[in-house]
Amino acid sequence: MATSVRTKGVAGSKPLFDRDILSAAIRSSFVKLDPRVQVRNPVMFVVYLGTVVTLVASIIHTSLFSWMVTIVLAFTVLFANFAEAMAEGRGKAQADTLRRTRTETEARRLGPDDIEEVVPANQLKTGDLVVCEANDVIPSDGEIVDGVASVDESAITGESAPVIREAGGDRSSVTGGTMVLSDRIVIKITATPGNSFLDRMISLVEGANRKKTPNEVALSILLIALTVIFVPVVVSLEYFAHFSHTGIAIVTLVALLVCLIPTTIGALLSAIGIAGMDRMVQKNVLAMSGRAVEAAGDVSTLLLDKTGTITFGNRMASRFVGVGGTSNEEMARVARLASMADETPEGRSIVVLAKNEYGIRDNEVGTDYEFVPFSATTRMSGVNINDTQIRKGATEAVKRWVVDQGGEVPSEVDDLTKEIANAGSTPLVVAQNKRVLGVVELKDVVKPGIKERFAQLRKMGIRTVMITGDNPLTAAAIASEAGVDDYLAEATPERKLELIKEEQEGGKLVAMTGDGTNDAPALAQADVGVAMNSGTVAAKEAGNMVDLDSSPTKLIEIVEVGKQLLITRGALTTFSIANDLAKYFAIIPALFIAAYPQLKVLNIMHLHSPITAILSAVIFNALIIIVLIPLALRGVKFRPAAAGEIIRRNVFIYGVGGVILPFVGIKLIDILLTVTRLY
Amino acid sequence: MRFAIEVIVLLVVLGLIWRYLGSYLTAVFMGRVHFLDWIELPLLGLLGIQPGAEQSWRRYLRSLLVFSFVSLVLTYLLLALQGHLPLNPEHLGDVTPSLAFNTAVSFVTNTDWQNYAGGTTMSYLSQMVALATQNFVSAAVGLAVAIAVIRGFARKRSNTLGNFWIDTIRGVFYVLLPVSIVMTLVFVWQGAPQTLLGPAHIHDVLNGVHQTILRGPVASQEVIKQLGTNGGGFFNANSAHPFENPTGFTNFLEIVLLLCVPVALTYTFGKMVGNIKEGVAVLMAMIILFAGTFAFTLAAEKGGNPAVRAAGITSIRGNMVGKESRFGVDNSVLFNVASTQTSTGSVNSSADSYTPIGGLGMLAGMMYGEVSPGGIGSGMYTILIFAILTVFIAGLMVGRTPEYVRKKIQKTEIIWASIGVLVMPITVLVLTAITVALPDGRAAILNHGPHGFSEILYAFTSQGNNNGSAFAGISSNTGYFNITGAIAMLIGRFGVIIPVLALAGSLAAKEEVPVTAGTFLTATPMFTGLLVGVILLIGALNFFPAVALGPIAEAVSHGRFF
Repeated sequence: MATSVRTKGVAGSKPLFDRDILSAAIRSSFVKLDPRVQVRNPVMFVVYLGTVVTLVASIIHTSLFSWMVTIVLAFTVLFANFAEAMAEGRGKAQADTLRRTRTETEARRLGPDDIEEVVPANQLKTGDLVVCEANDVIPSDGEIVDGVASVDESAITGESAPVIREAGGDRSSVTGGTMVLSDRIVIKITATPGNSFLDRMISLVEGANRKKTPNEVALSILLIALTVIFVPVVVSLEYFAHFSHTGIAIVTLVALLVCLIPTTIGALLSAIGIAGMDRMVQKNVLAMSGRAVEAAGDVSTLLLDKTGTITFGNRMASRFVGVGGTSNEEMARVARLASMADETPEGRSIVVLAKNEYGIRDNEVGTDYEFVPFSATTRMSGVNINDTQIRKGATEAVKRWVVDQGGEVPSEVDDLTKEIANAGSTPLVVAQNKRVLGVVELKDVVKPGIKERFAQLRKMGIRTVMITGDNPLTAAAIASEAGVDDYLAEATPERKLELIKEEQEGGKLVAMTGDGTNDAPALAQADVGVAMNSGTVAAKEAGNMVDLDSSPTKLIEIVEVGKQLLITRGALTTFSIANDLAKYFAIIPALFIAAYPQLKVLNIMHLHSPITAILSAVIFNALIIIVLIPLALRGVKFRPAAAGEIIRRNVFIYGVGGVILPFVGIKLIDILLTVTRLY
Repeated sequence: MRFAIEVIVLLVVLGLIWRYLGSYLTAVFMGRVHFLDWIELPLLGLLGIQPGAEQSWRRYLRSLLVFSFVSLVLTYLLLALQGHLPLNPEHLGDVTPSLAFNTAVSFVTNTDWQNYAGGTTMSYLSQMVALATQNFVSAAVGLAVAIAVIRGFARKRSNTLGNFWIDTIRGVFYVLLPVSIVMTLVFVWQGAPQTLLGPAHIHDVLNGVHQTILRGPVASQEVIKQLGTNGGGFFNANSAHPFENPTGFTNFLEIVLLLCVPVALTYTFGKMVGNIKEGVAVLMAMIILFAGTFAFTLAAEKGGNPAVRAAGITSIRGNMVGKESRFGVDNSVLFNVASTQTSTGSVNSSADSYTPIGGLGMLAGMMYGEVSPGGIGSGMYTILIFAILTVFIAGLMVGRTPEYVRKKIQKTEIIWASIGVLVMPITVLVLTAITVALPDGRAAILNHGPHGFSEILYAFTSQGNNNGSAFAGISSNTGYFNITGAIAMLIGRFGVIIPVLALAGSLAAKEEVPVTAGTFLTATPMFTGLLVGVILLIGALNFFPAVALGPIAEAVSHGRFF
C-alpha cells in the first residue's frame, strides 16, 4: 500500500532532463533502431535507409568522408529516437508512480442476504456491491449506494486533503485505488477489470495506445510529400551531373537527400504530441484522446459556470446602508454584533467589512450575549443582549418580525432592497427590536483578475458564456461586472445542451465543464467536455477530459495547452522547411564545383571545401534536432494574443530565423572542422 | 519613359478588367446572366442536361475527362487525316501519327507546345476546326475547373460543385467568344490577315524572284491564342511575325489579352467567397511574383550578353539577339515574361537567344507552378493549392487547426494539395533526367554544356506546366520527344485537375468555421507574403540543383559554353 502523498498532482515536478529519464531514453534510442519501429516514421525511415546505403558504400569504397557521413546520419536517427524516448520517458515515470498505487487489493463483496465474502479486486464485475470501511482501499471504480465517507484521493489527484463522498447526488463516485478514511460505504462497481479509471490513466500518461491526432496525421502526410519530392530531385541530379560530365558519389547524394527532407520536424513530431498530452497531465487534466487536446486549441466558445469560476461562490457583504436616521456606521456596528457568532461565509464577511470600512474591531463578547442561530423556519439569525434583540435576515422575514412586535417598516427599506436585488446582489435587513436599522448588501463577488482573463480570451477570439441558475437580472449584473460576452440565466441541463447545439450550428467549437449526472448530455455534446473528478461517473464517462483538481477555471488553461501544441508543431515545421535554403547553398556549389569551377559564386558562406561543406550541412542537420528537443518537450511559449500578433512573432522567429540560423550554424561547424584540421 | 507610361496604362487597363470582368465572370458562373439562353439551352438539350443540374466532384471530373478524351481523339483524327480533308489550299499532307498525337495532346491540355512549324504543316481546316476549337474549349475547361474549385470554398455542406457542361458552355459563349469576335476585328484593323484564300504568290519582276507569302485566318486565331492562354501561333515565328502581331498596339493588346482572365479570376474568387480582400491577397501574391520575375529578366536583358560585355563591347540597347527591333528589349521581355507566367507560351522574341539569366527568368515563372497569374483557370486553382499549403504550415502557428476562407484544412485537403503540388516537379525532373540519360534525348540537342541542358529542362518544364513556350534549340519532332512531351503535358494538366477537383469536393462538403480574433486572417499582407515565400521556396527547393547546372552554370561561365 503506497499511497504516497504528493503535492503537485500526478505529474509531479520532474525537471526537463531528469537523470533517470535521460539514461532510460538513451537506452531506448538504440532499441528503437528496429526497422519495424522506424517504418512508422516515414521521414526518419528514409534517413535510416540512407544510413544503411552510406554504410555499405563506406565499406566498399572506404574513406574518412563516407564514414563521417555515415556516423552523422546514424546519429540523426538516434537523436530522433532520443527525442521520442525523452517524451515517452516522462510519461512512463508518471505511470510508474501511478502503478505503485494500484496494489493488489482484496474486496469485501456483498453477496445476496448481505453476506460478505472476500475476493481479489480483479475478480469484481460491474454491478457487484462491495463494502469499504476506514483504511480500506477502494477496489475499483464505483458509485456509493449507501453511506457517507471521507476519502483520501491523493493517489489520483495529488491533493492531500480528504474529500467527502456520499450516496446519491453529484458526489457519489469513487475511484479505485483511493482510500476510505472514515465511516462505512457500500459501493456498486461500475468498471470492468483492467478498465478502471486508474488503468486508463496509466495507459494515457504512458502513451501506450497513443493514436496520432487528426492534425498530426495531416502534417505527417505533408512531411511525406516533402520527402517524396526530394527523392526525384536527388536521383535526377545524378543524371544531370552525368550530363555535365561530373559524377556525384552516392554518399553525397544521400547526404543531400537527408539534408533536404524535413528531418527536424520529422524527428520531433511525435515528441511534440506526447509532450502536449504530458503538459495536460501536469495541469492535472486527463485528456481521454489527443483529438480532444487539439480541439481545445480550436475552441471558440467557453461555457463557464458562474459559481466557482467567475465568482467565489459565497456572497460577501459589500455595503452597509442605514435607514430612518440610522447612520451607516451605527448600522455597521449593529450588523457586526449580530454576526459575531455567525460562522457562515456571509456572516464572517460582515465582520470583515465592518472592520475594513469603519475600523470597528473590539472583540470582547459580553457574558450577557445570547446568540440566536439561523434556522430554516425563521430565516434570521442574531443576538440578544439583555432587552436588546438584534436580528438580520431575508427581507420578508425581518419585516414580519418587526411588524409582529408592533413596529413599522419604512418604505425606504423596500426601495433599497429592490435596488440591491436589481443590481444582482442580495439584501440582508438588520433590525433592532421594533426598528429596522438598515440593509447590508451581500454581493456575489467576482474573482479578482477574471475580467482581464476574459479580455485576453476575447483577444484570442474566444467567446465566454456564463452559465448560472440565477434569474436574468442577477445574471446580467454579474455578467457585465465579470466582462463575459454572454450569459445563460436560469440554466437547466436542457437549456445548456440547447445552447451548445446552437453554437455548434455556426461551426463553432464549444468547451464546457460539468460534474453532475444531468450535465452528461451537454458534456458529451461539447467538443471539449471537461468533467470534474469530484463529479459523477456518468459525467466522467460523457466528457473527453477529466480535471483531477475539479477546478472550474481549468478550462482556460486547457485551451492554452491545446493552442501551444499546434503552435509548436507549426513553428518547427516552418523552421525545418526554412532551413533547406542554407543547406542548398552549402551543398550545391560543393557538388558541382568540379564541373563548373565558376559556381563557387554560389558558395556564399565561403565554406572551406566541398567535403567540409557537405559535412557541415549534415552535422548541422543532426545537431539541430538535439538543440530543439527542449523546445519540443516544453512547447513554444504561448502568450494570449490576437492571431495576427501571434503569427507575426512566430513567422519572424521560426520562419525568418529558420532561414538565417542554418547559415550561421553551418559556417560555424565548417570553421570548427577546418580549425581542428579534421579536413 | 515611353515604356514606363505603357506599363502604367497596362496596370490601369488590367485594374479595370480585374474589377469588371471579374464581376462579369461571377455573374456568368452564378447563372445570373441569360442573354445567350437561345444558344445555351438548345446545346444543353442536345447533351440531355437540365439547366441548373448539379454534379458531384466525381461526376464533374468524369465529364471533364470524357470531354477531353473525345476532344483528343477528334483532334488527332482531323490532323492525321488533313490531307484527305477540305480547306487545304496548300495541299499539305497528313500529319505523322506521333506528331498528330503530340499536337492533339498539346491543344487539348491548353499547352500549345508546337513540334511543327505552324504555317507549313497545318491546313486551314486543322488550324480552324481542330486547333482553334481546342483553343476555345481547353481554355473553357480550365476556367470551369477554377470556378468549380472556387465553389468548393464558397459552398458549405454541399455535395456538388456545379455542372461541367454548363460551366464549359458558358465559358465559351459568354466569355471567350464575345471577346474574341470583337478583338479579331481590332486585329484585322491593325493589319492581321483573315482570309481563306491561301498563300499569296508574288512574282517580283524587278529581282526576278518568286515569293510565296503564307496567310490565312490569322486574326481570329491570334486573339484566342492569347485570351485562352494557349500560345500556339499560326506561324512558326509566333507573335514575332508581323501578320500575327502587326503593331505596337497589337503587342500591347496581346499582353492584356493573356493576362485578363487569370487576373480577373481573383476578383471572382473574392466575390464568390464573400470577401473581395481574399481575392486581393492572392492577386497581390501574383503581382509580386510577376513583378519580381519581370524586373529580374529585364535587368538581365538590359545588361546585354555577358560574353559580349566581357569582350569589352558595350551595348546601350541591351541584348537584342533574337528580338524584334520594333518591340525592343522592354516590350520583348514584358511579352515573354507575361506569356511564360500565364502558361501561354507565345513569344514575340526568341527565348533561346535570351541571356542565361534572362532565360532563367522565363524558366522560373513556370517552375513556381504557373501561378503568377498562371493559365486561364489553371493559375487560379494552382495558387489555391499553394494557399492551402501556406495556411497549413503557417496557420498552425496561431494555435488552431488551419483554416482557409472559413474552411478547415485537414487530412483530405492536405493529401490532395500535396499531390497537386508534387505532380509537376516530379514529372519535369524525371523526364529531364531520362532524356539527358538516353542517347535519343542527347542527340536532339543542338548545344552542349549547360545551354543544352537548359534546352531540355526548359522543354519539359514548359510542357509539364502546360505552357508551350519553347526554348527551341532541340529538334523535338521525333518519336521520343513527341511521346515524352505528350506524357508531360497530360500529367501536367490532369495530374493537377484530378486532385484539385477532389480537394474542391472535400471543401464544399465542409461546414464553415466562423471567423474570430483567433483566426489567421488570409486577406492580409502577411498572408500574401507567406504565400509568395512558400511558392518561391517550394519552386527553389525542387529546381535549384537543375537550375544551377543549367542557366546559372552558363551565366557564371561567361558564355564559355555558348
